Amino acid sequence: MTGELRVAVSREADIVTARQLGRELAAKAGFAGSDLTLIATAISEVARNIISYAENGEILLGLASKDGRSGLSVVAQDHGPGIPNIEQAMQDGFSTGKSLGLGLPGARRLMDEFQIVSAPGKGTTVTMHKWHR
Amino acid sequence: MPVPILKQGQVLIASVQAALTDHDLIQLKDELADKVGRFRARGVIIDVTALDVLDSFATRTLRGIATTAQLRGAQTVVVGIQPDVAIAIVQLGLTLQGVATALDLEEGLELLRRLPAQNSTP
Repeated sequence: MTGELRVAVSREADIVTARQLGRELAAKAGFAGSDLTLIATAISEVARNIISYAENGEILLGLASKDGRSGLSVVAQDHGPGIPNIEQAMQDGFSTGKSLGLGLPGARRLMDEFQIVSAPGKGTTVTMHKWHR
Repeated sequence: MPVPILKQGQVLIASVQAALTDHDLIQLKDELADKVGRFRARGVIIDVTALDVLDSFATRTLRGIATTAQLRGAQTVVVGIQPDVAIAIVQLGLTLQGVATALDLEEGLELLRRLPAQNSTP
């Protein structure tokens, strides 16, 4: 991952900052049109997840390449309580009460790749990629 | 950044100028609920033309605003959802079910003019 940009996420306004910087970087990376909106919206969802469940964390934005494809990577990490049951958390409508439960599964649908690593007490790391078509 | 709310006849127009934080959205909901009563408004228009993102929180709050206004006797129309934003809402798995929408402010005002005066269930 190159061209990395780090956005600290500890208050609501950081959600807006993160998605705006993400959109800018995605535009520089050659994304256009609805892809820019899909990327910005996905960043908004994972950033909100940090605020809602971990209080603070960070988002790393970077250019990525894999198997001859290039694109954008978004990593959202926190040291919050972690997710005990990831499978459950990735189900539409599942929420521990702070949201509609559409954030993470929604973000997955907006991006091309989505990985989540989490364990109770160890925080959560969400890694997402959008590749050029 | 707070959203300015204008009054035109029996309609309140909330014209979103810049990206909204969650706090701004909740403030907009509270203010509209209050102003619908204070100005005896029959309609509310929320113009989101300037927004480049409507995520799950924003979409849910818009639905909340429409339901709140409806309980206070006013119909809400959300206008100006950008094409890319509409695509993202669908891909997120969300809808604005129960909320009237129109292409732009002009169409929204026209829609409110044609709506029956009594409240209908969303």
